[in-house]
Amino acid sequence: MKYVDEFRDPILARHLIAHIEKLVPLAGGTEEKPVAIMEICGGHTHAIFRYGLDRLLPAGLEFLHGPGCPVCVLPMSRVDDCIEIAERQGVIFTTFGDAMRVPGTRKSLMQAKADGADIRMVYSPLDALALARKFPDRQVVFFGLGFETTMPATALTVLTAARDGVSNFFLFCNHILVPPPLRALLQDPQMRIDGFIGPGHVSMITGAKPYRFIAGEFGKPLVIAGFEPLDLLQSISMVLEQLAEGRAEIENQYARLVPEDGNPQAMAAIDTVFEPRDSFDWRGLGEIDHSGVKIRPAYAAYDAEQKFGVGYGAGKAAGREPEGCRCGDVIKGLAKPTACPKFGTECLPEQPLGALMVSSEGACAAYYQYGGARREAAE
Amino acid sequence: MKDGTRPTFHRTKATRVTLAHGGGGKAMRDLVEDVFISTFYNAQTGAMEDQARLMPPPELLDGGRLAFTTDGFVVDPLSFPGGDIGKLAVYGTVNDLAVGGAVPKWLSASFIIEEGCDVDILRGVAASMRDAADRAGVAIVTGDTKVVAKGAADKLFVTTSGIGIIPRGRDIGAHRVRPDDVVIVNGFLGHHGAAILAARGDLALETDIVSDCAPLNGLMEAALTAAPNLRAARDATRGGLAAALNEIAASSGTRIVLDETALPLRPEIRGFCEILGFDPLYLANEGTLVLFVPPEEADAALSAMRAVPEGKDAVAIGKVSQGPAGRVEMRTLFGGSRIVDMLVGEQLPRIC
Repeated sequence: MKYVDEFRDPILARHLIAHIEKLVPLAGGTEEKPVAIMEICGGHTHAIFRYGLDRLLPAGLEFLHGPGCPVCVLPMSRVDDCIEIAERQGVIFTTFGDAMRVPGTRKSLMQAKADGADIRMVYSPLDALALARKFPDRQVVFFGLGFETTMPATALTVLTAARDGVSNFFLFCNHILVPPPLRALLQDPQMRIDGFIGPGHVSMITGAKPYRFIAGEFGKPLVIAGFEPLDLLQSISMVLEQLAEGRAEIENQYARLVPEDGNPQAMAAIDTVFEPRDSFDWRGLGEIDHSGVKIRPAYAAYDAEQKFGVGYGAGKAAGREPEGCRCGDVIKGLAKPTACPKFGTECLPEQPLGALMVSSEGACAAYYQYGGARREAAE
Repeated sequence: MKDGTRPTFHRTKATRVTLAHGGGGKAMRDLVEDVFISTFYNAQTGAMEDQARLMPPPELLDGGRLAFTTDGFVVDPLSFPGGDIGKLAVYGTVNDLAVGGAVPKWLSASFIIEEGCDVDILRGVAASMRDAADRAGVAIVTGDTKVVAKGAADKLFVTTSGIGIIPRGRDIGAHRVRPDDVVIVNGFLGHHGAAILAARGDLALETDIVSDCAPLNGLMEAALTAAPNLRAARDATRGGLAAALNEIAASSGTRIVLDETALPLRPEIRGFCEILGFDPLYLANEGTLVLFVPPEEADAALSAMRAVPEGKDAVAIGKVSQGPAGRVEMRTLFGGSRIVDMLVGEQLPRIC
């Protein structure tokens, strides 16, 4: 397949792996004290396990699986809010499929659907808007979820609803931003991160600028990476080269897709519709300043929080996480999924307790599905 | 009615099914005779009474065993590139019999029809079932229809049951799988699942992908003739190849190791999966046969399969090995490895 196979060439991969093997000791990585590279994006976590890259790289290199899976960091209280909205009379609640199984305090959206709520899976917020046009007597709510990647589509949908006067469409906004939790992680005294693999798709929208503080203030390298195996291997070697040479820069391996300044039109749409929240709750990480966005007052008529009196609009306290879950430690890279006492026992992909087990991009699910834990146990 | 003389069947003038067609009266008789009985009529089995009366075939009397299976079909949309619910309903049951080493003989067909369904849709489905039955060499010998109120079903649900004969001495099953057995598939993976998803139109994606929907009994017989010690077979439907292999690994207590470079994947399926984030190992198939064959018979099985249209792209994709029981692994393109687990839930629409 053109433009894909080139990035999965096994011979090139072997060259890169050999190169990484040479770089790891130069970057200070040993088996006892490995170089710790955090891949921020859940898509990268998934790719690392799917292609078995974790098994091919030397023991002096360790991956920390960062907070970049929007489903995984969604607090239970927000899922509860979704269910509260979805169970109202007259509401059609629309969501991306991967949010269906995220456990709330009482139940997941999947369970609420089985209990009779009108919950529909959509592939795009525009599908939700189309439903609103089709059912003018119903209130159609879209569960807006994700980082800067999905934000432009949501923003354009709100703008389209406003332009066309579709008054029965509402957005339950849970959009969050990548840079603030990275700052929080870097400020955490327990953290040990030597460098970052930066998110490719987010950067396509935002460009490289928002990450400059990581090199400038914290002295850590970051390489924006694509999602194919060779992209990842090359990005890893670029981070290691920086470490070996004592540099800390923001580099762009994914230049075929990520322009230095991102996508100005998309950023403008985001800026028109959204403004930063004072703070947003991240599952496992807690409240992080300015880490989420809400709908600007000019578009308040489309804000589900105001319409239904839920979430921050209702001034509710954050929901409690399940007892004994170590999602937070895993997101921070302080513990491997296998170190959590619930992993693989009470918390399984078919019955997730913590959110990292829900999405295929969650570290625990990737670990479980592609065998990190079980393979190690058997060997 | 005497066998061999085609009886005259009542006709219906209705264009849409109403609740009256489920009432047991003339409307129902006309619909059932016009649409189903006249289409499925078979001179050998004669007209339908309340039950089919079947003569035991010689293979059965000669020490064979009966195989019996049932399957429900709720696919949405009812027709899609490469097939429709009728074809699926016939081949699905034929294939469930065939992978047990049975020669499929007779099918029943039960229809749950939603009020308002176009009679022409039913005619199309019935005709396609008859074609499929003829291709697979089976007869539809008994059936039932029910009509339910609008909203109580989605247009049409079909259930088929099937009876086949396992000839004397044949014993195919997961319990016979051993280390070193070769894993063979008959062709390209993932076409049915992708065709259905694309046909639903939600993805706003145009593709030429066609379902692989096909009967596997002829292919299975060809493989068995060439490889009489064939250990086990599966029809890799829902859950894809990954589910079929995990089932075998679990029930045989073996470890299966796949070779990623050997997987038969067409560029359009790989592209489809890349764009949508699917893994082709989990996409449904409706004409994909997975065989476990002892190593010394693998080449013979492959050549025999390639001589049959349904098996022309047959290829070995991995082998059974020693090691942790019940596990499916894949050696990746780079020589890394990963576990191929079963899919957890079902995020996708109904596919079969």
